[in-house]
Amino acid sequence: MIETFQLPDAQRPSAVELSDVNKSYGTYHVLHDVSLKVGQGERIVICGPSGSGKSTLIRCINRLETHQSGTIIVNGVELTGDSSKVDHVRRDVGMVFQHFNLFPHLTVLQNCTLAQRWVRKRPQSEAVDIAMAFLERVRIPEKAHRYPGELSGGQQQRVAIARALCMTPGIMLFDEPTSALDPEMVKEVLDTMVGLAGDGMTMICVTHEMGFARQVASEVVFMDEGRIIEKGVPETLFGSPSHERTKRFLSNLLH
Amino acid sequence: MFDFNLFLSALFGWPLAKGAMLTVVLSLLVMSVSLVLGMAFGSAAGSKNKLLRFFVGAYVWLFRGAPALLILLFVWNGLPQISPIFRAGWFTPFFAAFLALTLIQIAYLSEILRSAFDAVGKGQKEGAAALGLHKWQIFLLITLPQALRIAMPALVNEFISLLKATSLATVISLKELMTITQFAIATSFRFLEWYGAALVYYMAMVSVLTIVQSRIERALSKGHR
Repeated sequence: MIETFQLPDAQRPSAVELSDVNKSYGTYHVLHDVSLKVGQGERIVICGPSGSGKSTLIRCINRLETHQSGTIIVNGVELTGDSSKVDHVRRDVGMVFQHFNLFPHLTVLQNCTLAQRWVRKRPQSEAVDIAMAFLERVRIPEKAHRYPGELSGGQQQRVAIARALCMTPGIMLFDEPTSALDPEMVKEVLDTMVGLAGDGMTMICVTHEMGFARQVASEVVFMDEGRIIEKGVPETLFGSPSHERTKRFLSNLLH
Repeated sequence: MFDFNLFLSALFGWPLAKGAMLTVVLSLLVMSVSLVLGMAFGSAAGSKNKLLRFFVGAYVWLFRGAPALLILLFVWNGLPQISPIFRAGWFTPFFAAFLALTLIQIAYLSEILRSAFDAVGKGQKEGAAALGLHKWQIFLLITLPQALRIAMPALVNEFISLLKATSLATVISLKELMTITQFAIATSFRFLEWYGAALVYYMAMVSVLTIVQSRIERALSKGHR
């Protein structure tokens, strides 16, 4: 059963490969021997109680956090202290944050073109074209000349997704992208993410949106206390979880 | 009593205008240099390097603690005693005043900028880093513009204080606005007219600054309405 799922992945190079990753803040062990393989085009949803290390885990993938032992390989590049490798990985990995982290002093369009100009070295006109195309894609082109502060939370998060996509990343990380949103704005962001999944983007999402996980996840990973407790396709993990902790977490989530 | 004609000729005469020009040039020079160095000191104050933080802390402690008058006199009279370098022709009252006031101003500006850099928030840096921007690009394109917006009122305040503090340089016989005023009074004994004219100059300079401040604040507050 498990083998049948690994077969197609084995033929594809993995996008992200973590082996025995450990991280601690002082005596607090945040990540404990975490190993995870994400194939190209896979969509991973990571869930778990707060403080389980799921955010830290994905922040290690673009080295916003540093790990202390184990290896993290992103598109064939191993993350070390070497800044040229960090640059390489960040160029290929987009990230969407819980609190959007848009630049408030720049317009929506400038938010989307800044890194294209300075990191990708694209000429202004090309950067604008690309930015407009992705703003179109997240259905918000009319706000291009507004400032982030003038937009709703849902709109800001869609801009943040467009901003990340403008860098044409191969992998997208989502760190609780809907947790800071008012309930009525969650759907517009999730719809955007579903669309992205449909296009074959490799995605790693930390989220508690179980409907989204069921709809798009190729694998759901459950974490607790810095360890991966279990993983599997959504039907299995949600339908018949094998660990007591997973069951408890899921039942708390549903009630 | 109050000789209005003398007041007008003092106000529109060359000596005061030249003194005011010197005050403005000195203030602008001190402010520009200490703004750049204050940024460096302000970022160093938030650095992970303990030694660097200690150095900045000690610097601020010293130059905020010592009175400006003492530092001015120390630089002008004390330094030449330390080394003959400071007895050469280039070590003018203007240069001494520039050095002393810059040393003091850095201490104040670095404190203001440190808190402004802190106020910008970690999320901004992370958002920029995740896009692949480098440390310097993040500082110049993301942190600095937002920090300046936060710090602007305090920075203009400091500039106004500085503009007036240049009058202390009268003790090292720098021919700035106040020195010229004192000279004129020493020969004419007309206090009211000359003090009045000097006051008009200071008020005019501060008023211009206030207008410039509101312009800059408006330009930097885009997106924060």
